[in-house]
Amino acid sequence: MIRFDREKNAKSIPSVAGRVRPLAVDMPVIAVHFVGDHAAFVGVEENVALVNEADEVSKVAVQSGGILCAVSDGERLVMGGDDGKLVALDKKGEVTLLATDPKRRWIDNVALHSDGAVAWSAGKTAFFRSRNAEDKSFDVPSTVGGLAFAPKGLRLAIAHYNGVTLWFPNMAADAEFLEWAGSHLDVVFSPDNKFLVTAMHEPALHGWRLADNRHMRMVGLPGRVRSMSWSASGKGLATSGADTIIVWPFASKDGPMGKEPAMLAPLPTKVARVACNPKQDILAAAYDGGTILLVRLSDGAEILVKSATAEVSALAWNASGTQLAFATEDGAAGMVKI
Amino acid sequence: MPEPTSQKIPVTVLTGYLGAGKTTLLNRILSENHGKKYAVIVNEFGEIGIDNDLIIGADEEIFEMNNGCVCCTVRGDLVRILEGLMRRKGRFDAIIVETTGLADPAPVAQTFFVDEDVQKNARLDAVVTVADAKWLSDRLKDAPEAKNQIAFADVIVLNKTDLVSKPELTEVEGRIRAINPYAKLHRAERCQVALSDVLERGAFDLNRILEIEPEFLEAGDDHDHHDHDHGHHHDHDHDHHHDHDHGLKHYHDEYMQSLSLRSSKPLDAAKFMPWLQDLIATEGQKILRSKGILAFSGDDDRYVFQGVHMMLEGDHQRKWKDGEPRESRLVFIGHELPEQTIRDGFENCITS
Repeated sequence: MIRFDREKNAKSIPSVAGRVRPLAVDMPVIAVHFVGDHAAFVGVEENVALVNEADEVSKVAVQSGGILCAVSDGERLVMGGDDGKLVALDKKGEVTLLATDPKRRWIDNVALHSDGAVAWSAGKTAFFRSRNAEDKSFDVPSTVGGLAFAPKGLRLAIAHYNGVTLWFPNMAADAEFLEWAGSHLDVVFSPDNKFLVTAMHEPALHGWRLADNRHMRMVGLPGRVRSMSWSASGKGLATSGADTIIVWPFASKDGPMGKEPAMLAPLPTKVARVACNPKQDILAAAYDGGTILLVRLSDGAEILVKSATAEVSALAWNASGTQLAFATEDGAAGMVKI
Repeated sequence: MPEPTSQKIPVTVLTGYLGAGKTTLLNRILSENHGKKYAVIVNEFGEIGIDNDLIIGADEEIFEMNNGCVCCTVRGDLVRILEGLMRRKGRFDAIIVETTGLADPAPVAQTFFVDEDVQKNARLDAVVTVADAKWLSDRLKDAPEAKNQIAFADVIVLNKTDLVSKPELTEVEGRIRAINPYAKLHRAERCQVALSDVLERGAFDLNRILEIEPEFLEAGDDHDHHDHDHGHHHDHDHDHHHDHDHGLKHYHDEYMQSLSLRSSKPLDAAKFMPWLQDLIATEGQKILRSKGILAFSGDDDRYVFQGVHMMLEGDHQRKWKDGEPRESRLVFIGHELPEQTIRDGFENCITS
C-alpha cells in the first residue's frame, strides 16, 4: 500500500460537525437503519431506539438478549439475536416474532429480499421464508459467515468456510458452490448482479464474476475488511481495512482486475466503516478513533462530520441520502442533514 | 514494553480427555460464590447444571489461515462468538472456552495470536487441562490427543486422585512431568481446586513470563490429600508397578518432550532472532509451546517471547535489575524435537 504523509492531514478541512444533532439514544448500538420516517438505532442488546423527524427518541424492546444482526428494506427492520429469535420491527413500531431457533442457537445473519422474503442463519443452516410459502432450509458445510440476496431473481448467497454457496430456494436445482480456500464472512452482490464479493477472515476480499465464476483476488489490505458499501452508481465498492478508503472499480466487465483501486481520504488510523450515499457519489467513512469524514468519490474532497472521540459502531444514510446517522460505542448517537 | 492486558477480557481454555472432569470443573467455577460472571463457550449443551444465560454452544470449527503455514489453524466459531460477546462487555468478567475431549488446544490458542479483533478485546489467560488420575497413564499410551493436551497445558488439574493409590499417583505425575515439567499441577478430587489456581493465571502475559523453571514441587494443596490417605492403598499396587517407583519418577516420553536451554553469557540478537524465526518456521509444527527470557549483548532490557507452533510474540519487557543475573532461558515443548540441532543452533547465538 502507498504510505501517506501524516503531515498532510494536519490541514484544516471544511466541517459540518457543528450541525450534528446529538440524539439521546443512550445505549451502545450495533447498527442504524432508516425505517419509514424513523432512524432505528439497533442496540447491542434488547432494544431499538426509534428517532422520529423531531429527533425524539423512543425505545422498543425487540429481543431478550444480545442483538447480533440487523437489516432493513426501509419498510421493516429484521433482527437476529443470541436468544435464538428472529424478530421484525415495522414502520409503526410493531414487533413481530418471525422465528425461534428450536435449539436456541444464535441467529448470526439475516438478509431481506426486495419482494419481502427473508433469510437468516443459525450455525451451518440457512433458512428462507417467502411471503406465503413454507420455510425452507439449506445446510452448508460450516457456519454461515454471511447472507445476501441477489438483486435479480430469487437466489441467496451463503458465505462459509472455503467458499460461497448460491442457493435457489424455490428451485429444485442443486445449489452452486463457488470455492475459494479460507473463511468467508460478509458477502455482497454488485447492484448489476454481475459480481459477488466476500470479505474474508484474513485481510482480503474475494470476488467472482458470476457469468463465468472467474476469481477476483483483492489483497494487499493491512487489516480485515469489516465494512463494504456499493457506491450510488454501483460502479465502485468502498471498503474498510486500510488507512484510506479503498474504492474497488467495478465499472468494466472484468471488475477490479488489472486496475488500481482508488484510495481516498488517508488518515493515520484505519477506516472502520464506510457508507455510500445512495443518491450521489459521496460516502461517509468512520475511522478507528472515531473520526467521521464525508468524501467525494470523484476527487476525494473531504468534509469533517465528527472528530475523534469514541469509536463509531454504526453509520448509515437514509434512502434519499439527505440524512447521515451514526452511533458510537459509548452510547452516543447523532444525525446530520447534508 | 508489552501492551498492558488488564483491560482485556481474560479467556481460559479448558481442555481434558473424555471423562476427565471438565464439566465438573466448569460447574464448580460457575457455582462458586466469587461474585464474577463468566461467559462460557461449550460444545455440549445441557451438561452444565448451572443456570447461566451466557452459555454459548460452539461447533469447534477449525480452519486454516491462507498464509501458507500449514499448522496455522484457528477456531472460526470462536472468532464469531467472541465478536458477538464483546459487544456486550460489562455483562461478564471473563470467558471460559471448553473444548471437546479430543480437541487440540492449539487452534484455540492460535486464534488469539492471529485475529486482530479478538486480540483487541480479549486475552488468552491459560490453557487448563483436567486429567483423570486413574486413566491418564493409559490414555497417554493410546490417545495422542491426551498427550497433546498435557503438553499444551499451563495448569493441569489431576483429578480423581481419590481413586488411585499413592504409587499410582506418583506414576501418573511422573508421566505428566516427562511431557510437561512446566505446568502448574494441582491434585484434586471432584475438581476441588482453588479457583485462583485455574483462573486469572496470566500464563500468556509476556509481562508475567517470570518463572519458567520446572514445577517439580507442587503447590501446597496436595499435602492435605496425603494426610487423609487411607493406608491400604499401597497394598494394591505391587502387581502393576515396576521396581523403580521410589521417590520421584523420571520417565522419558518417546514422542513428546520438553527442551530447556540456558546461557549465562549474553546472546547476539542479530544471530538469535533469525535462528528462532527459522526454527519456528521449520520445526513449528512439532513445537507446541515455546517461551523465553533473553539477555542480549548491548541491551539493558530483558527480552521475553512466547509462541504457539509457528506463531511468536515477543517484546522488550523491562530493564535488567541491578544484581539480577543476566541469564537467558528458553523452553520448548513439542514432539520429536531435534534436540541436538536446537542446542547447537542456540550455542551458535551466544556471544563469544
